[in-house]
Formats: sequence, C-alpha cells, structure tokens
Amino acid sequence: MREVYVVGTGITSFTRLEYPLSEIAAYPAMMALKDAGLSKVDHVYVANMGSARLNHQTGLASAVVDTLSLTPAGAEAIENGPASGASAIKQGFMAVASGLHDVVLVTSAERLREVNNLEDTDFVATLSHPLAEYVYGVTLPSQAAMFARLYMQKYGVTERHLAMVAVKNHDNALLNFFAHLHEKITLEGILDSPEAMTNNPYVSEPLRFYDCCPVSDGGACVILATAEVAKKLKKPMIRLAGVGQATDTHCLHERAEPTDLLAVRGAAAQAFKMAGITPADVDVAELHDAFTILEIVESEEVGFFKKGEGHLALERGETRIGGKIPINTSGGLKAKGHPTGATGVGQAHEIVLQLRGEAEKRQVKDAKIGFTCNFGGFGNNVVCLTFIRED
Amino acid sequence: MSTDVEKILRPIDNPIPPFPPKYMKLASGDEMVIRQVGREDIPDILRYVEPLIHVERDYYDIVAVRLYSELLAYYRYRVQDEYVLVAQIDGELAAVVNGRLLSKEVGMSYHTVALRRGLRVGAHAFAAKMEYHIDIIGQKEVLIVAESPIGFRRWMIEYGLEKRFHMAHELGGVPSWSLTKALFDQARDTLVVGRRPVPPPLLEKAKATILPPSDPPTPPTDLLAATRSLYDSTGTALMSQRWKQERKG
Repeated sequence: MREVYVVGTGITSFTRLEYPLSEIAAYPAMMALKDAGLSKVDHVYVANMGSARLNHQTGLASAVVDTLSLTPAGAEAIENGPASGASAIKQGFMAVASGLHDVVLVTSAERLREVNNLEDTDFVATLSHPLAEYVYGVTLPSQAAMFARLYMQKYGVTERHLAMVAVKNHDNALLNFFAHLHEKITLEGILDSPEAMTNNPYVSEPLRFYDCCPVSDGGACVILATAEVAKKLKKPMIRLAGVGQATDTHCLHERAEPTDLLAVRGAAAQAFKMAGITPADVDVAELHDAFTILEIVESEEVGFFKKGEGHLALERGETRIGGKIPINTSGGLKAKGHPTGATGVGQAHEIVLQLRGEAEKRQVKDAKIGFTCNFGGFGNNVVCLTFIRED
Repeated sequence: MSTDVEKILRPIDNPIPPFPPKYMKLASGDEMVIRQVGREDIPDILRYVEPLIHVERDYYDIVAVRLYSELLAYYRYRVQDEYVLVAQIDGELAAVVNGRLLSKEVGMSYHTVALRRGLRVGAHAFAAKMEYHIDIIGQKEVLIVAESPIGFRRWMIEYGLEKRFHMAHELGGVPSWSLTKALFDQARDTLVVGRRPVPPPLLEKAKATILPPSDPPTPPTDLLAATRSLYDSTGTALMSQRWKQERKG
C-alpha cells in the first residue's frame, strides 16, 4: 500500500446554511483546493446521509463535481449513516493507497435544517431496526438515554459528569469560529440554579437538553494524496496513518453487554495498529459526542482510559485543552454541531488543523498524533482514523 | 362648541395591576431581569425592534413589523389595555413581549420577540407574560396564536394549548388557541421560573437604560436559498429573488 497524506482541508460553519446542498459540499472543497494549491483531482467522494429524503436531491456527487468544475473526475456519494464522513475518507484512503488515484477530494454536506426538528429526529431514527426498534418509537435520544441510564448505574457516572462534558465542549466551541453553538454555559445555569430544570429540561431522562447535540447543516473537506504529491505542496506532512472500521448488532438489545461499544473498541484498535501507535501516544482526539455520555464511553473504549474511568479523567480535567488528552477541541458534535453525513470529515478537519498548529486559540501544544472516532447508528458501524504529523 | 378629538380617540384609562419584576439565572450563568415598561421606554425599544423587520428568517420580519406597530400604537395611545414587558441581560434588551386585556377574564397575547437567541430567553419571557395574565391580573384564559413554527412548538405543543377556533385572534383574525389557568398550573413547575424580589442593584441596572442587543438576529446571507424556495408555500423566497434581481437590474 502507498502512504496517504492530507494535503488540503476546508470547512463551512456548522449552523443553519441557507444555500443548496451541492454548494454546502462545494465551498469547503474550494477552500481545501486553495489550501492545497491544487486545481485538479482524480476523484471526488461526497459524504452525505439525507439528501434524497430531506433535500429532494439524488446524485449529489454528480452535482458537486460539476459545481466545482472538476469534471471529468470520477465522483460518487457515500452514505453510511452518521459515519458517512469517515467512511468517505476511508474510501479515499483506499483509492490512493491502492494506486488507483493519486489525488482524491473527500467532501461532505448535510442540510438537516431544510426540515423541522421533528422530521429530523424521525429521519435519524430510520437508522434503527425498522421492525424491532423504529416501529416502537425508538429515537436516537431515547436509545442514548437508555444506554446512559445503564452506564450510570454500572459505573457511577452522574448527571454532573454529563454536564461537565457539555460545559467543556461549549467552552471549546467558543474558540472555534465555525462552531454551531457559540454559547457559554455553566454548571450553575444548567444544573444547580433554581431555574436549571427549565433551562436544561430532560429530553429523555437522564439526558437533558444540553446533553444532546444540535441539529446542524454543514460541510467539510479533506484532500488526500500520495507522498510524492504531498511533498511538492509544501504543507506540513500529515499522514493518514491508520483506518479502522467495525460493526456491531443492529439492535442495541441484542448485544451481550449493552454498555460495551465493541465496534468502537474494534475500529480504534485497527486504526492504532495500522498506524503502529497506542492510545497513549495520541495528543488530541475528536470523539463522536452526539450525546455527552458517548464522549465518556468512547474515551474508554478507544483506550484512553480504563473501562468505567472516563468520567474520573473528566473530573481531573484530563480531557480539557491543556490536559493529558484533549478531547473535542473543536467543540465536538455537542457544540461544534452534527451535520450527520459531514461530521466525520469535520472531525478530520479539526485534527489536521491541530497537527499543523493552525488551531489558533484552541491549539493543543506540540500535537503530533491525532485520532477521530465517527460513530454510525448506535455504535453499530464505527470508523476510526489516526493522523500523524511527520516533519 | 369645541371638542377634544384626541380625548375621544384615546383608549379608556383602565387601571391594570403592575407586573412585579423578577429575575432568573440562564444556562449561561447570566441573570436576566423581566420587568414592565411604560410609554417612556418605547422609543428606545422601537429603535432596537426596527432592524428585525428586515430579517427574513424565522418570521422575524412579520413578527417585528407587527410588534413595531403595536408598540407605536401603545406609545400613541391607540390600543386599549395594552402592556409591554421586557427581558434584559446586563441592561441589554433580550426580549420583548406584549399583549392586552380583551375583557376582565380573557387576555389577548400579542407578540414574543427574542433579540438574544438561545438560552430560552423568548420562552422565559413568554412564560412571564402568561404569569402576568393568569396570576397577577387574575384572568381565566389567554388567547394565543403563533406566527412561526418555533412559536407553535413553544406555545401550542409545550403548553398543550386548547383550541378556541371559533374565536378570531386579533393577529390576523386567525383561529385562536387558549392557555387556561388549569393549563398554566400544569406548566408552572417545568416552564415558569423566576425569583422575586429582584436584587436592587440588578433592577436598578435594568431600569437605568435599555441597551441595544449586542448580538441580534441578522438577515440570511443569501436570500436565494434556492432549494428552500421549493418548499416555501408563502412564496417569500421567490419574491425576494425577484426583488434582488430587480435591484441588480
């Protein structure tokens, strides 16, 4: 296999975007092309989850490649639920690593806010099992709440720990121009004050409003290339060093131990092994915190902390910027936002900035190794990536 | 014989119990004061509401233009039994709510406009308005409509409002919904917050001056919003496109 490098990256704000989906994919791609100093690519992958259903648009990749005037490059869309972004990067990685292409553009777009929140919640719930879950009214917040309740009982995680994740990630998002929520929150305001229950009501107990990610539009892009191309472009050499993917049962209730996220564990292990590193080597990570409980659990499953001790590390401040392993410096899905199909590429964008030293006020000092975990379904299809700065 | 026409045109001066100011802590940790304002404060508020008339997003345009007219009518003595409450954070105008008394027992809710988005600012202000009608004035019900999906979600769904479709609401003559005292009692524990009395320094700061909002809603960056127009039954996006093209022409 050839080695694969990230030579360009771009992103839109994750917020409500009032322009067509193909442009949401095109703008970050234009930024990435400019960032890389390229005007042509061999192939385009477009990560997206809901264009046909939410935006009345199919054949998105064809629209995007033409919008970018990149024809006759090949183009296709990748849909793998909320893990579409990292899946598309994986496809791009394979295309370059295999020798099929030298330069691949992986862009992404989601426009969830074309419809209202109720329709979005229903749309995302369609990734659950249609007969065993969806028909009974299961939504992602309700699934995450049942998972959280079990986890809290078993490992002593409390609502305060969940709120601490939210406060940390909102703080980080304040440092990120592209984040959806530029909204300072405090433990007092969302947990301790007489008004806290109204400010931060239960969405699905024990998860409250500020434990859930916002519904975002957005797009992000990375350009992948061979070492030969990367060297010519004079950017810091960021190697996509490890790619891992694993699946788990479609239904949460069929798992032997529902509090174990085996797909996260498996995907992370593969991504570390391929890169030849261990979790202890990672300087900065973006984990898929669609719900605050997930940041804590994923931080354990990928190996940063022992099982059941993620919340203790959070208490010690180890996951803050300046801590032992800063997690979700971008604000995470929780506060940077979650444009489902674009989220995984957005995570990669943040890691690339961190490894280049371009993350401005949220920069992790001397970051050389970064990691992302993009979580599809309720942990039934997970893609993890490791990035290493080489120079 | 001389006639004072202005006296005839003006509404009857009915005494309405004042809204006792209250305050609450927001998710941000900021303290927000909600208080009643008089006519002397209206010119400042109008200045801050006017820019929202041009925000074609989340129905700010129609809500702001109607609120503007209601505030102006109140200022010029052309509405019967209207009141205005404001929410302020550090003196800044965060929300405006208003309404009037249709009768002794029935209230007519007019508008709720959040100039500071997020943090449930608008929801807290709306709850204070309902508290004014039901608890302070002692009315049996308040007639309500929503002009935006956000409003529909916040009022009709969150409070579980009852239909009063046989009664036309003063905002556009559309069918009314009703918040009864019983519904308000049900919502009291979860949706209605606030502490009294307001600490004097906090209240004095709010009363000293109504500062402009530092981060008010802004117009969308691109009115074309092409795909959105396909689903816009009001046709406003298409109208905007045309106007934009005409301006360019």
